[in-house]
Amino acid sequence: MANVIKIKKGLDIHLKGKASEVLLTAKKSDSYAIVPDSYNGIVPKVSVRTGDKVKAGSVLMTDKNRPEIKFVSPVSGEVTAVNRGEKRKVLSIVVKPDASIEYEAFGKKDPSALTPEETKETLLNAGMWPFIRQRPYERVASPADTPRDIFISTLYSAPLAPDFGFIVQNQEADFQAGLDALAGLTPGKVFVGVKKGSAQKWSGVEIVEVEGPHPAGNVSVLINHTKPINKGETVWTIYPDDVIIIGRLFTKGIADFSRLVVLTGSETTERGYIRAIAGCTIRSLVEGKLLEGKEHLRIISGNVLTGKQVSKDDYLYAYDNQITVIPEGDQTHEFFGWATPGTGKFSLSHTFLTWLLGKNKEYVLDARIRGGKRAMIMSNEYDKVFPLDIYPEFLLKAILAFDIEKMENLGIYEIAPEDFALCEFVDTSKIEIQKIVSDGLNLLYKEMN
Amino acid sequence: MKALRNYLDKIKPNFEEGGKLAMLRSVFEGMETFLYVPNETSKSGVHIHDSIDAKRTMTAVIIALVPALLFGMYNTGYQHYLAIGTNPGFWMTFVYGFLAVLPVVAVSYIVGLGIEFTVAQWKKEEIQEGFLVSGILIPLIVPVDTPLWMIAVATAFAVIFAKEVFGGTGYNIFNVALVTRAFLFFAYPSAMSGDRVFVRTGTTFGIGEGTIVDGFSGATPLGQVTVASGDPLGSFQMVDALGHPLTTWDLFLGLIPGSIGETSVLAILLGAAVLLFTGVASWKTMLSVFAGGAFTAAIFNLIGTTVAMSLSPVDHLLLGGFAFGAVFMATDPVTSARTETGKYIFGFLIGVMAIVIRTLNPGYPEGMMLAILLMNIFAPLIDYYVLESNIKRRLKRAVTK
Repeated sequence: MANVIKIKKGLDIHLKGKASEVLLTAKKSDSYAIVPDSYNGIVPKVSVRTGDKVKAGSVLMTDKNRPEIKFVSPVSGEVTAVNRGEKRKVLSIVVKPDASIEYEAFGKKDPSALTPEETKETLLNAGMWPFIRQRPYERVASPADTPRDIFISTLYSAPLAPDFGFIVQNQEADFQAGLDALAGLTPGKVFVGVKKGSAQKWSGVEIVEVEGPHPAGNVSVLINHTKPINKGETVWTIYPDDVIIIGRLFTKGIADFSRLVVLTGSETTERGYIRAIAGCTIRSLVEGKLLEGKEHLRIISGNVLTGKQVSKDDYLYAYDNQITVIPEGDQTHEFFGWATPGTGKFSLSHTFLTWLLGKNKEYVLDARIRGGKRAMIMSNEYDKVFPLDIYPEFLLKAILAFDIEKMENLGIYEIAPEDFALCEFVDTSKIEIQKIVSDGLNLLYKEMN
Repeated sequence: MKALRNYLDKIKPNFEEGGKLAMLRSVFEGMETFLYVPNETSKSGVHIHDSIDAKRTMTAVIIALVPALLFGMYNTGYQHYLAIGTNPGFWMTFVYGFLAVLPVVAVSYIVGLGIEFTVAQWKKEEIQEGFLVSGILIPLIVPVDTPLWMIAVATAFAVIFAKEVFGGTGYNIFNVALVTRAFLFFAYPSAMSGDRVFVRTGTTFGIGEGTIVDGFSGATPLGQVTVASGDPLGSFQMVDALGHPLTTWDLFLGLIPGSIGETSVLAILLGAAVLLFTGVASWKTMLSVFAGGAFTAAIFNLIGTTVAMSLSPVDHLLLGGFAFGAVFMATDPVTSARTETGKYIFGFLIGVMAIVIRTLNPGYPEGMMLAILLMNIFAPLIDYYVLESNIKRRLKRAVTK
């Protein structure tokens, strides 16, 4: 292995509630939904009506601006609702599943024998296209583009994140088929970041070993340390779990959206992996597995840094393979918190004595922001957890000022909001950094296109 | 504690928009968050947050300032009793100093926080903690006999024109405490210099009566250097208030005349240890200031045509406000350079400028204050060039590939 990336900047937050590598049983979800908000950069156009019968793989909606991008039902059944919010914004399209799933047939194909156009066509028709996202702007990729390279990071480094080594077990052939399909889409290479020392061997791709604290697993780190994105270039990224689903489309000829979801967090009674289908209800995943009644809980679809807060009646977000449950903390009133020695409180800084307890102590953190919002005061906080050759603070200021030239110069095309998650975590001034970055990227996209 | 919490929850509605006491909302919020960590939970972005906040950061700085403050109090008493030629014992000495310094601290806090509270309420914002640190820095860098009304005027000027007009804590260009000091120096030069202002010779609240002994001089060592600027080399000797020669060790311990908190390098280094240990201040800035100062002093030694030039680098670093400025003022994150490379340059140039001003400007013996204020202006420029190099690297990458 020639390619090794070793990063030093970053922070591993050791939370209580790590999942062990066991499979848990879960209730069958009584409804499934696709949630347009899961995807960045699309305008939903619903193509079904309440009462329609669909199969797994039947189109539920398309992107208004790029109608070739289709979003399909993950299960077979009956469309029971198209929920809309303000200004008739589509919130979710709900499908009540049949007892057993009927699949739309797409036909088995050998991905390496297809032309790029045929591969694109296959992915688009089976509703797999939204899995592919593009940099710059971190949004659903455009089928008209040809990416310079494709990047996949199989190292999940976020707090309590699942282990891809466990997920891919017994699905190696599907993953390889998915990689082969992607390799056909780019004239460049497919870069696959793997955990240092892992035994994963994939053919036809460039393997890069990655080592270091979170955000080592973020795909931005892989890109920035192998072939950084320059102005005018487009690369695609995709989560490895989704590569498996794409692979299945070729090996089995069906749109099978089942995946392993890891249930983690300090407020769970059982922790482990659950076999679920994308779009299932959160309730089906967590029912009977929570420490309830003690205090308010916060259920997160995703990890604690980048996930979204959900309720039991919400649906698993499209790309997510993790549910984290932590205490909400809104009933806690901590007396003189700024003056106590701070045992049991986690901080990157050494202003609390907990840092003496060592790096591997596990903490229970709740959702409080733990301080008042201020203007940016401290410097060098973000740099400590930002392992890219970019000045995060100054890029952030350029975004706030919406100075396009400066944003370009400082590297906005190389980043995604998730890269700023740790900055937001350590920030003394409690600024909502990811929101600023994500709004900035969307605004910039509008401005440039 | 439960009862207090319940009481706060009960009176809270009065302070909300439309409540009877809405005009005091910021003050109430300030008090509430002072007593309890806010229980507000995250609405967007990350779901968990680091425990550090602005209050905790400022607390760390205040703890770091305590040794210098306590020593400054003791030294104020020590110099006073030296001047009147009596020795009342450790505690009496400290009490005298305590009583002399306390009004200065009180005036600085009352004026500064008063303005902060008013502005916060006016702008409907939370009260910001920045002045908690500035308010204790100001007493430490003024001479003890500065009239209180002057401190009040200078503090008000600094808080309003160096901070609030720019938008409050985090937006200011100049270090607020140093602006206070600069205002005092330029607005009331006669009250701010001379031999008498650094040592309180009169009584404090009726304590410490006595007549000044013969041969007493309250001149600071740096003041003596300025006075001796025309003297032949080799004949100059720094002395304490009674004319005894001073050793390097004396300068390090700091029982010498000077501004309240800046004389003892020992106490300042204790504070520096706290700042570096907690990671609140940047070691890069601190180290570079000392390096820049030592480097420049060594160069002047080589020229060595005046008393000030021939002062050794060690003496330069120990004297006046150099160490205090390096540890507590230059490291102010808001007004210093914000890039890591920039911090080395920023600190080094402060050290250089401080010694240059001290050595070449006969009118003003203390260069640290002006050096830091000057570099505060240049900090954004330094950052600009550090960023330019990153930008150039990115553009070059695009061209070569």
